[in-house]
Amino acid sequence: MTSISEQTRIGSRPPVEKTADTVFRWAAIISALAIAGFLIWIVLQIFIQALPAITQFGLGFLFKSTWNPVRNEYGILTPIYGTIVSSIIALLISVPIGLGVAIVLSEDYLPTKIQTILVFLVELLAAIPSVVYGLWGIFVLIPFLRGITPLRGPGMLPAALILSVMILPTISAIARDALINVDVGLRQAGVGLGATRWETILWIVLPTASSGIIGGIMLALGRALGETMAVTMLIGNSNQLNLSIFQPSNTISSLLANQFAEASGLQVSALMYAAFVLAVITLAVNMLAQVVVTQLQKI
Amino acid sequence: MSGIAGTFMVMAIIPLILILLYLLIQGISSISPSVFVELPPPPMVDGGGFGNAILGTVIMVSIATLISVPIGVLAAIFLSEYSGGQLANWIRFATNVLSGVPSIIIGVFVYGAIVLSFKTYSAWAGGFALSILMLPIIVRTTEEALKLIPQEVRQASVGIGANDFQTILFVVLPAAIPAILTGVTLAIARAAGDTASLMFTALFTQFWPNWENKLAEPTASLAVLVFNFAIVPFKNQQQLAWAAAFILVLLVLLTSVISRLATSKRQF
Repeated sequence: MTSISEQTRIGSRPPVEKTADTVFRWAAIISALAIAGFLIWIVLQIFIQALPAITQFGLGFLFKSTWNPVRNEYGILTPIYGTIVSSIIALLISVPIGLGVAIVLSEDYLPTKIQTILVFLVELLAAIPSVVYGLWGIFVLIPFLRGITPLRGPGMLPAALILSVMILPTISAIARDALINVDVGLRQAGVGLGATRWETILWIVLPTASSGIIGGIMLALGRALGETMAVTMLIGNSNQLNLSIFQPSNTISSLLANQFAEASGLQVSALMYAAFVLAVITLAVNMLAQVVVTQLQKI
Repeated sequence: MSGIAGTFMVMAIIPLILILLYLLIQGISSISPSVFVELPPPPMVDGGGFGNAILGTVIMVSIATLISVPIGVLAAIFLSEYSGGQLANWIRFATNVLSGVPSIIIGVFVYGAIVLSFKTYSAWAGGFALSILMLPIIVRTTEEALKLIPQEVRQASVGIGANDFQTILFVVLPAAIPAILTGVTLAIARAAGDTASLMFTALFTQFWPNWENKLAEPTASLAVLVFNFAIVPFKNQQQLAWAAAFILVLLVLLTSVISRLATSKRQF
C-alpha cells in the first residue's frame, strides 16, 4: 500500500498535458491570425481577379459612365455617384434622427424599463435582413412615395430612405454609448452654472461625446456604402447618370448584385475592379471609424 | 427641443412597426403547411412552397457554423486569455474591420476564391461565405463572455495545479458557454438573413439540395428566394417571398429576445 504522501507527490506534468497545452495555445494564436488573414485574403483575391481590368482601363474606369458588355467598355462613374449620393442622403436623414434617439435614450426622460424596451426596438432595426427591407420597399414604400412625389417607380429616393432606416441603429447605438460615457461631473457643472437641460446637452454633453458620435456616423457611412440588397431592389439599377432623386440610379454594390451571375470574360474582371474600389472605400472608412472610436475609449 | 427629440424617437420606431405589421399581415396569410415541404412553383401556378430553400439555408448555415465557431471561439480565447499585448489589439482591429466588410464583397471574394476554382456554385461556397460573415460576431461576443468570468476563477484553477489549457477548457469556457451560445445564435440569425453573399456563391435552384453530388450544385436559400420572388411580377411567387421574409424575421425576433433573456442572467 502506498502512503498518502506518495499518492499526492507532486511530480512533473505528464507529457500529454504539456503537449495539449502547447497545441491549444498554437490553435488559439493561429485562429486569431486567421481573422487578419481573411481580411488580407479578401482584398488580395479581389485585386488579383481585377488585374486584367485594371491594366486595361486604368484609373479612367472611375470616370467613365459607359457599361457596355457587348463592346467590352466599362466605367463606374454612375455607380460611384449613386453610392455616394444615396449614402449622403441617408446620413442627412438618419444623423439628426439618430442623435435625437440617442439623447432621448441616454437622458432621464423615460423610466428605465421603457428605455430598455426602446433600445431593444431600435437594435431590432439593425437585425432585420436587408432583403426584407427591400421587399417592404417594393410593395409598400415605393407605391406610397408615388402617391406624394414625382417618383414613377424605383429610384434614388426610396433607396436612400430605406438606407437611412437601416443605418439609424448604428448611429443611435454608438452615439448613446458616447453620451452615457460623458462624465456626470461635467453635466453637474453645467447645471450648477445655471444651464438648462438642453443648454447642457448642446454645449457640454454633445461636444464632449463628439468623437464617439463621429465614429458612429462613419461606421454608419461604411454600412450605407456597402449595403446591397435593399438598395438593389429599390434604386432601379439604371446606368444613366441622373441628378434627380426621383430617377433610377445605380450603386457599386447593386451593379455587382445585378451583373455578377451572368457575367463572363472581361466583364467579370471589370466587376471585380468595381468590387475592389468598393472594398477599398469601405475598408478605409471603417478603419478610420475604428481609430476614432478607439481614441474615444482611451480618454 | 425635448419635443423634437421625442418626435425623432417616434420617427425611428415607426418604420419598424410598419415593417413588422406588413410582414405579419402578408406573411400569416401566405403561410400554410405546404410551404415548408413543397418546391417553389412556376409563375402563375398556385400552391408550392420553399422546402428546398429552408433546407438549403439550414445546410449552409450549418456549414458556416462548423467553420466559424471553432475559429471564432479559439481566436476569442487568444484575445482574452493569452494576449494582452499589441498583437491582440491588432486582431481586435481586424475583427472590427472584418465585420464592416459589406457582404457583397464577401460574396465576390468567395466567387473568386471558391466558385471559380471548383468551377461550380455550391452549398460549400455559400457556407464559407456565411462563415466569414459570422466570424467577427462570434469573436466579439465570445471575448466579452470570457471577460465576464472573474479573474479569481482562473486563479483558483491555476492554484490547484491546472495549466492554461485545463483552466481555459474545463473552467473558464464552461462558465462562459451560455453567453457564447447567445453570440452564436445572433450570428446564425444574421447569416440566415444574408442574401448578397449567397447570390453568386450558392446561387439559387428550383430543386432540392443534391446530396449525391456532395452539394456541389447551386443551392436554394430563403434569403435569395425572397429577392428572386420579390422582383418578379407574379402574384403567387410574391406571396411566397412574403412568407419567407416572415420566417426570416421571426427567426431574428426569436433570437434577439432569447439573447436578451440569456445575457440578463450571469453565472458569477
